[in-house]
Amino acid sequence: MTIKRGVSLYSFQEEYFLRTMSLEDCIVAAAGIGARGIEIIPEQSIPGYPRLTDEFVDTWHGWMKAYDTTPVATDLFLDTKRYPDRWLTEEEQAASVTRDIDIAVRLGATVIRAIINTPPEVMERAAPYAEEQGVRLLLEVHAPFHYTHPWILRHLEVMDRTGSPALGFMPDMGTYVKRFPRVVTERALRDGARPDLVGLIVSTYDDHGDVHGLMDTVNYMGGGPVEQGLARQATHFTWNDPRNMLDHMARIGHIQAKFYEMTEDCTEYSIPYDEIIAVLVEGGYDGYLSSEYEGNRHIQDAYPVDSVEQVRRQHVMFTRLLGEEPHVR
Amino acid sequence: MFDKYIVCEEGFRRLGDGRTGGRIEVRMPYYRGLGLSMVEAVDLVLDGTPVPPERTTFTVHGNTYTFAELPTVTDDRWEMGERAELAFETDQPLGPGEHDVAVSVRLRISYMPVPGGGRDRKRLTLTA
Repeated sequence: MTIKRGVSLYSFQEEYFLRTMSLEDCIVAAAGIGARGIEIIPEQSIPGYPRLTDEFVDTWHGWMKAYDTTPVATDLFLDTKRYPDRWLTEEEQAASVTRDIDIAVRLGATVIRAIINTPPEVMERAAPYAEEQGVRLLLEVHAPFHYTHPWILRHLEVMDRTGSPALGFMPDMGTYVKRFPRVVTERALRDGARPDLVGLIVSTYDDHGDVHGLMDTVNYMGGGPVEQGLARQATHFTWNDPRNMLDHMARIGHIQAKFYEMTEDCTEYSIPYDEIIAVLVEGGYDGYLSSEYEGNRHIQDAYPVDSVEQVRRQHVMFTRLLGEEPHVR
Repeated sequence: MFDKYIVCEEGFRRLGDGRTGGRIEVRMPYYRGLGLSMVEAVDLVLDGTPVPPERTTFTVHGNTYTFAELPTVTDDRWEMGERAELAFETDQPLGPGEHDVAVSVRLRISYMPVPGGGRDRKRLTLTA
């Protein structure tokens, strides 16, 4: 078994935003959970980005050593709308990606998440530099996208034609949401959503029915902004058979293990990780499962957010499903 | 996603430089920092009256900008969770006690087809 466990510091966004956890605290928490592969969003966690001081980089590597963690991945963004009056040129976009490759290398990461809006042409331009620097540029496959979506097919065309080993995919497990996240519906109900319309949205989603007319249907039935917002969310979660990763396994270099709610018995309410991990094992995946907790935004109105506990529970589940010795506290 | 944290409970005070007006602290409702050229608006409504952007300035980590300047600022950022200061001028001095503070933030997020940002409204007590 060579699937490894890690965490994206995105998971601790609530605490980091509110300054109840520092960057170092996030790394300590990850290590304590046994999630030893660290994924970082430089634009989130490193003030002064894109200028990283040597002092910061030294401190970072010091933390990795002190807490027995490994830098695994960085997440890049591409601000094509940086200027109000024009789009970034392709050359400027490639320069932005190149800059983020340099940052990944300084931080010791070998995998870079290319955000979904990165054009295939820019991936192609940046690939030789990524190869030279020994990092992989992985396009996130985030809901509602999937491997036969036209946008992803354009990327596949570049990967096939160039054959660059630096290019690949980073699937987001939010593409395997089998039933509608309970934390999302409960929030809508607290915001005053009509229970009958919530029921319609949830049953349509959970039956894997056609969610694309839901916003209109909810409108026809008298729903307001809260119900329509929930109907819109039903189109932003997607369910695919996780076996759709098998055809692309050689190109999958990292997994963003998105989750919304780990229950007390350490299962994810909406995403069937047992099915997902079985597929990854079958496909011989040997990268990281990198936790990406995204439930905070749905509960922060009513409950204290404990992102560390949520990630801990996910790793209890991972050790169980991976057949590891249970050493997660 | 962080709308409820936009307006900080602390730090609401008078301008204190001889002009009439005040200062509030605000955070960006987003999970990463963003270049200032992509911060399209931080609109303030005080006690039900909109304060025109021309009468406000925006300060991040000691650097102060007008909203006319922000679209051109590509080498400075509003960091994730950072408390920026929104200073504003008013015609009349701020009265003591509680005020109704509503702030709407509009962000230009490249991967989103619609404007990003959020809004928050709180009752704040003037502390100085």
